[in-house]
Amino acid sequence: MITLNHYLILSAVLFTIGLLGVVTRRNVIMILLSLEILLSAASLSLVAFSMALGDYAGQMTVFFVMIVAAAEVTVGLAIALGLVRQAGKANADEVRDLKW
Amino acid sequence: MGHPIAFYTLSFLCVAGALGVVLARHPVYAVLNLVTALFALSGLFLLLNAPFVAMIQILIYAGAVLVLFLFVVMLLDLEPEHILRMKGKTLQLTGTLLGLFFLWQVVAAVRTLAPAAKNPQPITGTTEAIGRLLFTQYALPFEVASVLLLVGVIGAVVLAKKKL
Repeated sequence: MITLNHYLILSAVLFTIGLLGVVTRRNVIMILLSLEILLSAASLSLVAFSMALGDYAGQMTVFFVMIVAAAEVTVGLAIALGLVRQAGKANADEVRDLKW
Repeated sequence: MGHPIAFYTLSFLCVAGALGVVLARHPVYAVLNLVTALFALSGLFLLLNAPFVAMIQILIYAGAVLVLFLFVVMLLDLEPEHILRMKGKTLQLTGTLLGLFFLWQVVAAVRTLAPAAKNPQPITGTTEAIGRLLFTQYALPFEVASVLLLVGVIGAVVLAKKKL
């Protein structure tokens, strides 16, 4: 019998993997990809709660999360493109122009 | 909430794909692994009676977002990252410890969760049900989301120009 807790723990595992990616990878593109995993993990627990509580609010939130993710990816990839083209580096550690 | 075999197969695929994203050395392989993980995730959404969310997961994520990622990765021609540098090792150790601590905290929190309402009315997130809500109760967020997408498009065009 698969319960809500199974889905929540799977979501926690996915979120942890994404968090590891954001913390350990230094390539800007890889950080953006790991952010996608984080958002998907959150979506999974939202849909699971929507099912368990019999309420559509969770699924609606996932819909809006996807829209925000699409906007985030377009702007994030444009910034990555600009970084590589202007500064020639895709490593997040080397980009410290704003650091005083 | 879904057959155990289906659930475990899909969650294995999902976790394996996500691990593949984090551990892949070349960004192209990472993107392809993410496609696997997102397809498995949309299977899980189907198990949860949410066909609309499952379909837009495939259409938007696998169809649009990841194709965009692939385009940018191939345009940039990035070198494979050297993951196993000395500095990277400390970083990875700290990151793994932090991640495991986080996982432990969340699992402990889930274990103490109060059981949900005994008999929720069963819902199916069909296109009709979601669409009805989208144009009544969620009409304002829907319009705001379209403005957000417009801002995203304009931002991408401005940022990707040759000369800022």
